[in-house]
Amino acid sequence: MTRAVDPARRRRIRLVAALSAALLLAGALAYTTFTAASDAVTPSQLVASASPGRTYQLTGKVAAHSVHRQGDALRFVVHDRSGRGPGVLVFYRGTVPDPFREGREVILSGHMSNGTFVGTKDSLITKCPSKFTTNTPSGRTT
Amino acid sequence: MAPLGSAALICALITAVYATAAAIVGARTGRPALVVSARRAILCVAGLTTLCVVLLEVAYARSDFSLALVARNSSTDTPTFYKLTAMWSSQPGSLLLWAFLLSLYSSLALHATRRKLREIVPWATATLGVITAFFLSLMVFFASPFEAVAHPAAEGAGLSPLLRNPAMMIHPPMLYTGYVGFAIPFAFAVGALISRRTGAEWIHATRRYTLLAWMFLGCGIMLGALWSYSELGWGGYWAWDPVENASLMPWLVGTAFLHSGMVQERRGMLRVWNASLVMGAFILSLVGTFLVRSGILQSIHAFGASTLGIPFVLFIAAMTLGSVALVVARRDSLRSTHRLDSLLSREAVFLLNNLVLVGLCFVIFWGTFFPLISELATGTKASVGPPWFNRYTVPLALVLVLLTAVGPMLAWRRTTAARLGRVLRWPLIAAAGAVAILVAATPAASSATSLIMFAGVALVLAAVTRELVHGARARRSATGEALPLAAVRLVGRNRRRYGGYLVHAGMALLFLGIAASSAFVNQHDVRLKPGQTKRIGGSTVTYRKSVVRVFDDPSGTGAALSFATVLDVRRGGKHMVFRPAHNLYPSADPAAGKFSRFFDGENTSEVALRWGLRRDVWTAVQPDLTILQRPVAMADAKFGKSDAQTQATIIRALAQMYEARGPAATFRVIVFPFVAWIWLGGALLLLGALIALRRPPTAKRERARTPAPVRRELARQPA
Amino acid sequence: MELLLALTALLCLVTLAVTAPLSRPAAAAAEADDRRAELEAAKDAKYREIRDARLDFRLGKVSAADHEATERELQSQALAILDELDDLR
Repeated sequence: MTRAVDPARRRRIRLVAALSAALLLAGALAYTTFTAASDAVTPSQLVASASPGRTYQLTGKVAAHSVHRQGDALRFVVHDRSGRGPGVLVFYRGTVPDPFREGREVILSGHMSNGTFVGTKDSLITKCPSKFTTNTPSGRTT
Repeated sequence: MAPLGSAALICALITAVYATAAAIVGARTGRPALVVSARRAILCVAGLTTLCVVLLEVAYARSDFSLALVARNSSTDTPTFYKLTAMWSSQPGSLLLWAFLLSLYSSLALHATRRKLREIVPWATATLGVITAFFLSLMVFFASPFEAVAHPAAEGAGLSPLLRNPAMMIHPPMLYTGYVGFAIPFAFAVGALISRRTGAEWIHATRRYTLLAWMFLGCGIMLGALWSYSELGWGGYWAWDPVENASLMPWLVGTAFLHSGMVQERRGMLRVWNASLVMGAFILSLVGTFLVRSGILQSIHAFGASTLGIPFVLFIAAMTLGSVALVVARRDSLRSTHRLDSLLSREAVFLLNNLVLVGLCFVIFWGTFFPLISELATGTKASVGPPWFNRYTVPLALVLVLLTAVGPMLAWRRTTAARLGRVLRWPLIAAAGAVAILVAATPAASSATSLIMFAGVALVLAAVTRELVHGARARRSATGEALPLAAVRLVGRNRRRYGGYLVHAGMALLFLGIAASSAFVNQHDVRLKPGQTKRIGGSTVTYRKSVVRVFDDPSGTGAALSFATVLDVRRGGKHMVFRPAHNLYPSADPAAGKFSRFFDGENTSEVALRWGLRRDVWTAVQPDLTILQRPVAMADAKFGKSDAQTQATIIRALAQMYEARGPAATFRVIVFPFVAWIWLGGALLLLGALIALRRPPTAKRERARTPAPVRRELARQPA
Repeated sequence: MELLLALTALLCLVTLAVTAPLSRPAAAAAEADDRRAELEAAKDAKYREIRDARLDFRLGKVSAADHEATERELQSQALAILDELDDLR
């Protein structure tokens, strides 16, 4: 009698154990992502409400005629993708990706300090120019 | 040209819809002739898409700028190789590639199964017809590759220089062959579920296609990593970028399916799991295809938003809901015929391996889509970076390596602990020995995770060696062959098994390369003026000189200006000379100044790399071009209207001025230990997959013999 | 205009190819052939399983008792397939 029950119970215990482990892992995952993530903001959002010292991920377009190099540091201004709105002055040290130039969209992480966005080293990413756009007269191009 | 192509696309769409309808009607009314007709229709679609591909390639080869696609992505001075491969570096072209590969693959698979699985094949045909029709309709209604230009220009825009690299051109077809390949097992799984033939026949019949797809996808991912490493100036092969992740996820699920499929074939277990896995693999392939062109996630690859996002999302949602509904509706026919007998069995290890792989996929999925998840939950888009990904994938990878070593050591059904200990004895001793040597002779002990990984890798390699040697010895004692010959014959007669072992060995080497090159990497950025020397962590670097090449690109990519440098690196007695460069391509923007357009266009890094089995030395340069800003602006103002000859002279003068003034440049020098083993491991993986793909020789021999009693004796042949 | 011409031409070709099987009478003998092909495939798979089990035994992963039981089971499954194949003749 007991022998017939044991295998089935063993399987059920295994199943419960496995599911609990999976749930714990998922919970840990969710918790760490929400605490470790940095908010993605646009320049207008950053100017409106930025907590100093907090890490943000800034995305936007590099303003024309705003790129200046000083030694191995880079200064430039970032606007919203639409081109309107306030610009954020960025000070950055680190690798500059090859596609970087005025008018391109960039992503970089960093924090606000005295009105300047100080970029984290090597965090600058420039988006490759659009390849996959449908350039129909009614369609949008980026 | 263009009208014929458009007509072929429309005809293909109509034919694909017919194929779907005919297959469904044929299945429900039991008329095999309709099913044959549907299969013929898919073949016609394959022919039509081939025609489209040929037409488009001819247009590229002839630089026919009356086609918008050719005008946007090619030019008369683009090298021929890049002209022909430019077809898939655009939205409509890549859709055509998808449809072409899918119809080709479908025709092959349906032809191979035309006499088998009579109840499954019609539904599989219908499924493939639906997917093909979707991609064709995208082209017909949204993004046609044959869009004509009313007034063709004399010159095209040319191919982006970032893509002028052979690896980058083979990467998309490889990836797509992988993505498309998963459609076959998906379609057959759907067919099996609908027709309630949920045994292992559909897995068995499509196993080769799954393996092929998995192989190509793996190659595509490798090529992408190799391109990033050898072409981009940041110095690395993997950045956990959303698009990179999107290609890895279906590959992980595909790996899981290759293993759990075996469990269903042998023991009839995991039916729900397998059906779900293969559906997940294909849907993830669709998600991967969609991510590259959608712009919904911030990525270096996200090529801007396009109008195809919504149709794709709707299609993926429909596929997902349909798959889930089908599995739920057929859950009665998906009950296992056997149960897990023991935790010390190959089935159990495969199950664990599946959990780890799916866990990895889930972690990567969560991290990749977290911006969207957090936006739903909190209203702001937040993202996680490589450190988060590494924190979770590394432990899972460690468990995976250990399972890879232990799995083949177990038998199906049940292996006793004592027996397992005996089988593992020599591999464990070898692994312990390897770890001891590493701790004593290298700085490996400074990273605990790397040390565990190295131990796991040693265990896998030792276990594979043991299987090979022991098996050859067993064969030798049965047949008297010499050991090397016995080993070769052993592999030849057990291709699936030993091909799989070779894949495991390749994976182990790959993990070795990744662990060593991440944990022990030596990276420095240094700013030098010409003639200056600095010491950076174990190496002495000297910026010897700078040479500016005008209209004379040594790397063959057509760069107008190439800022080449010569860098001396001395490391531990060795003297190496590197020539990293920075290439500038002129901008095609008509509003740009005559001279500043040379500096405002695309630029790429030409990485200078020295390969080695023990370490790679990687260098890149970023020259400081600020001293040229004022002269270029002056040249624009004064000589903007001059002829081409004068312009060329001015450019050369600017280049000479740069060389003479000798401004500083920032060099990045990275020493990557054992990174070459990633590519070597990948090659071994590919070889193993190829071996596992080939048909075993005995199948042909045995089919030739006819009398029944003789065949019974065949069951008594030696291994 | 050219588009419509090309489309009509292509559609005609495709219709020809696709309706050809519909006019042919169904072959009943094909069913038996299919069954034989399926059984042959099952037989090959079963032989491979037997060989794999023997290799596992020689590599020391199963005890002699376990191996005998497995071998007996697989052999009887193989014989069942062979019997069915013989019946088809």
